[in-house]
Amino acid sequence: MRDVAVLGVGQTKFGELWDRSFREIGIEAGLQALVDAKLSSQDLGGLFLGNMASGALIDQEHIAPLILDATGLGHRHLPAVRVEGGGASGALALHQGYLAVASGLYDYVVVGGAEKLTDVPDETASRITSSAADHEWEVVFGATLPALWALVARRHMHDFGTTREELARVAVHAHEMGSKNPNAHYRNKLTLAQVMDAGPVAEPLGMLDCAPLSDGAAAVVLGPMELARKHTDTPVRIVASQVACDTMALHHRREITRLESTVVAARRAFDQARRIPSDVQVAEIHDAYTISALVSLEDLGFVDKGRAGPEFATGRFGPGGKTVVNTSGGLKAQGRPFGAVGVAQVVELVRQLRGEAKERQVSGANIGLAQDVGGTGATTVVHILERAN
Amino acid sequence: MSVARFWRETPRRYNLGGSKCTMCGTVYFPPRAVCPECTSHRQSIEKMVPYQLSGEGEVISYTIVHDAAEGFEMQVPYALGLVKTPEGPVLTGQIVDIEPETVAIGLKVRATFRKLREEGASGVIHYGYKFTPLDESGILPSARGPAAPAPAKDAPGPERTST
Repeated sequence: MRDVAVLGVGQTKFGELWDRSFREIGIEAGLQALVDAKLSSQDLGGLFLGNMASGALIDQEHIAPLILDATGLGHRHLPAVRVEGGGASGALALHQGYLAVASGLYDYVVVGGAEKLTDVPDETASRITSSAADHEWEVVFGATLPALWALVARRHMHDFGTTREELARVAVHAHEMGSKNPNAHYRNKLTLAQVMDAGPVAEPLGMLDCAPLSDGAAAVVLGPMELARKHTDTPVRIVASQVACDTMALHHRREITRLESTVVAARRAFDQARRIPSDVQVAEIHDAYTISALVSLEDLGFVDKGRAGPEFATGRFGPGGKTVVNTSGGLKAQGRPFGAVGVAQVVELVRQLRGEAKERQVSGANIGLAQDVGGTGATTVVHILERAN
Repeated sequence: MSVARFWRETPRRYNLGGSKCTMCGTVYFPPRAVCPECTSHRQSIEKMVPYQLSGEGEVISYTIVHDAAEGFEMQVPYALGLVKTPEGPVLTGQIVDIEPETVAIGLKVRATFRKLREEGASGVIHYGYKFTPLDESGILPSARGPAAPAPAKDAPGPERTST
């Protein structure tokens, strides 16, 4: 297996992009990444595209060749593969791209993630969001994805004393970070009171505990580490790429307050990278719901089980903290175009590790972690990246 | 959803038919074809037998849903819970016949046969289980049926009611 580096990154603005189609945002992110990597398309080996629900959202399947063609590469007959893993589709595509380069089969690949949620009414988009849960045994009985996360929240509060205010802090933090990201869906700041007083979605979660429905695309170019200096002065090495799955339904987990897929993927990733959680300076984690961020911090190993609420409140995951979380604004503020999320997380880490994150820059960031989750944790993908000096 | 897609699940959704591993005794709902608990997972193939849940259980977590799942829009706000059965499996279902605000972790409940939702265009009605408080004093007066006989202690499966 070869060492794999990220050589280029690209990303569209996230948000309600009424004037832009699925293919337009796909082209924009992909071409930005190719230009950033100074890669001639003749050297490209293939495309991996993360996407959760294009069929339901835009009546279009078979989208990997569609994006390849739209980018002007249809006549080159490159392999193009769509990868789906619910909300973790983007990071799962990155894992496939990583394997393709690491194996030596391809030298350079583009990994993209794209989703267009605003071409359907909000209710339809919400229904499709819940299709990452178990339709037959959860959704048919009245569950939605936010309702399932609310079940996790209620039990977390019961078992560990997590408070409503501790949940709300996660959203306040996300918007604080998002306010510095020009690509973010939301750049407004929130107060604790605004989050806690927002209309209920599934108690104890309210509207502002939940990430929005966004359009967006992101892309990275991967290549072998030994060729990286031809493309960039600041290659970023993928030191771990790991996937773990769990039962589809929340009700089949041994403990509903623990994301076992995250525990396992993180353990494998830290083993592969020969690192420990305290080595990480920047992390992009799954804050689709405020509770999912707290549980993730625990299950990634940043804090002890049950302690994320109070620890988050101390500011240790904010600017100046030991590990700064979701500098992009996370899913909550940067936005949540399902398949694009996992790729955008890595775009943000690369910017941080290269020292190109401007106002959001975490000084001395050398090691970053990204965690992308599908559904209520049936899939978790963890990547660890290091600046190559 | 097509009629067949819902119809084929009726033994489970109407009658709480699960399965039990004859190798290790673990009970599953919905039924599994192979036992995840058995160390020799593969040897449990064809060793799983049907097993009926009693329908009783305890709420281990709950939420009050305001932004409904598709087909449940007319029922908001509704309580949704995770119910742990004495046989082992945990089920996701609505908790009904009770003010949603009074649902709590630890509430004892019993499965009941109800209409879940109607499918928009096709008009297909989906039935299945919901949960109602075991302690009748917790049940809303409006939900108390006229002279409903107490279920026999050994009655298999959930009690059936008309709504």
